[in-house]
Amino acid sequence: MRDLKTFIQDFGWPRIIIFLFLVFLFIMAPFVGVRLDASISDVLNRFGQYAILVLAMVPMIQSGCGLNFGLALGIVAGLLGATLSLQFELRGFLGFFGAIALAAPFATLFGWLYGKLLNKVKGEEMTIAMYIGFSFIMFMCIMWLILPYNNPTMIWGYAGKGLRTTITVEGYWLKILNNFLAIKIGQFFVFPTGLILFVAFCAFLMWVFLRSRTGTAMTAVGSNPEFARASGVDVDRMRTISVIISTFLGAVGIIVYQQSFGFIQLYTAPGPMVFPAVAAILIGGASINKASMVNVIVGTFLFQGLLTMTPSVINSVLQTDMSEVIRIIVSNGMILYALTRKIKVSK
Amino acid sequence: MSAQTIPQNKFLKFLTQNAVVIIFVIITAVAIPPSGLSLPYILQEVITRLGRNSFLVLALLLPIYAGMGLNFGMTLGAMAGQIGLIFAVNFGIANWQGLLFALLVGLPISVLLGYICGLVMNKAKGREMVTGYILAFFINGIYQFFVLYMLGSVIPIRNPAIVLSRGYGIRNTLNLESVRQSLDNILMLRVGGFAIPVVTFLIIALLCVFIVWFKKTKLGQDMRAVGQDMGVAEASGIPVEKTRIVAILISTVLACAGQIIFLQNMGNLATYNAHDQTGFFAVAAILVGGASVTRASIANVFIGVVLLHAMFIVSPLAGQKLFGSAMIGEYFRQFIGYGVIALSLVLYAYRTRKAAAEARLSLRGGTASANEASNGGNGGAK
Repeated sequence: MRDLKTFIQDFGWPRIIIFLFLVFLFIMAPFVGVRLDASISDVLNRFGQYAILVLAMVPMIQSGCGLNFGLALGIVAGLLGATLSLQFELRGFLGFFGAIALAAPFATLFGWLYGKLLNKVKGEEMTIAMYIGFSFIMFMCIMWLILPYNNPTMIWGYAGKGLRTTITVEGYWLKILNNFLAIKIGQFFVFPTGLILFVAFCAFLMWVFLRSRTGTAMTAVGSNPEFARASGVDVDRMRTISVIISTFLGAVGIIVYQQSFGFIQLYTAPGPMVFPAVAAILIGGASINKASMVNVIVGTFLFQGLLTMTPSVINSVLQTDMSEVIRIIVSNGMILYALTRKIKVSK
Repeated sequence: MSAQTIPQNKFLKFLTQNAVVIIFVIITAVAIPPSGLSLPYILQEVITRLGRNSFLVLALLLPIYAGMGLNFGMTLGAMAGQIGLIFAVNFGIANWQGLLFALLVGLPISVLLGYICGLVMNKAKGREMVTGYILAFFINGIYQFFVLYMLGSVIPIRNPAIVLSRGYGIRNTLNLESVRQSLDNILMLRVGGFAIPVVTFLIIALLCVFIVWFKKTKLGQDMRAVGQDMGVAEASGIPVEKTRIVAILISTVLACAGQIIFLQNMGNLATYNAHDQTGFFAVAAILVGGASVTRASIANVFIGVVLLHAMFIVSPLAGQKLFGSAMIGEYFRQFIGYGVIALSLVLYAYRTRKAAAEARLSLRGGTASANEASNGGNGGAK
């Protein structure tokens, strides 16, 4: 009984409610005429789409920089990589990995500058990150209009310049991971093997990294900067590294998302991508200064499961689309819950 | 520290402390000629926007005094005001009576929301800004639930013109024809071609007087003490948590009234996103006016509204002229808006850290530089 109590306390009521609600939705699904196999397939697909963006939260949380509300910088780096890959007409796996490779220098540069800045404003990272992200998105909106891209599939037809708001990756690297070794069972169920494998691979790399020398030092900086400094760890350097990795993962994450979703979304699109990632890792059990691979996987699964199942199930029951409202309340409620917790490990 | 370097330091200090204002004046001044707008036109627009926005921006002052930073949670008050207006239109109450009715409906809601906001922020001390920001999103979800699903189904709506065709929920855009500019038009003074909404400005002036008076009351003094140092305030018997709640509560109520003033001037209510940008514009304005996270005055509010909106007026046209695309001007003004908030937050956080470092150094050094450092650190204590 006591074990159960401490478990509930550790796991937190909001998460348990969300979990039970999701189980309830899955049980309800067949009764309201929603196909379970199609739903599970959808959930797996969306899990893969978002997982790496959620994974991108981990390094900065571990190093004590808090929730990365500035993930938009990484996403923009990914957009640059993806658009350049299309500009150079790279196709197939070459196109996909080319996009990541082309995004890497931008992600490193943005992450480095962003990390340097965050080091100067310790304690205020989250609010500042949010506004750095917003203003950078707006700056890039101007850039998307004036950068000299000229692949006709990407630019506005009538003006002859300026990138389109959404660019299809069809014919380049559409579903390149999703279809890799995909297992099709019946008419509705597809297991996106390549996508899940790629996510697992990235999560494994992160798991190994957090146990490496640098990774341990980073965690030490996050849990107790004074102690870390005393034991000879360069605090600022570790924080900068964590920001660079986070930004790079943001870039990879958005490219993975695009190959599955089918479109590159530019202009103000990166903004709304950030909050779901933050909410997902918190739903998975992370706090604002501690996160693990389990948090990433459980959180993405719960959050995306909720987003996939609510529209189909609730709509069939109530004949109205409440999913948007539920999404807003759950994701922001979760972030709010995390922000108002007392931080267990001393700063 | 040698005597010669001091004047230079002072100049640099002035530059960094007013960096945001200076950058803004330059950008706006540069953008006016290419925009092709006449000065009287810009001036009239600025007067209109002063009446429209100042009240909302003034709502930010008290939480800054109480050391709670920029109150992004003011959006809660704005939502309460919007609910008030929806009911005013529903009951068909026109003119300023409609606005008064909207305020009466919005008041209890904003008091409740402000109280909740205060409680939440007390649980997130040191992270008030980001918490307020997310809280606004969260309450937005509940607002949407209420307006989109409750109104017209659980709570009866009499006016079918404002209900969605499916039978419940409020339409995306609400025409506020019945109360449009009813406050501004009570007494519209026309001086040399300029129209000045006197009553709106009188109300804004009254609020300024209230804020000045409030700062001198016991509660106002307590608030500033809490803003300086929560620990010391607690030790001297000030109920810290309660004082913080009161600061946020008043701010939320003011934001409710402010949003009603804002919307009566606009004449339209975008039911589901009118409040999205409220916090952003208000915060950008006060920061452009030279305020920081811990220090703000009434002057900052007015300087900020004038500068920010002068730039908002000229930038789309300047963008059109300079780059051949109005979109670039539009993106540019949003970039500047967000950029200004980021820049002032960065400068503030950087300065606080530097002041702390200087104070540490001065403890090891002489007393003279210690005074210097503590003056720099407590810029808020005027």
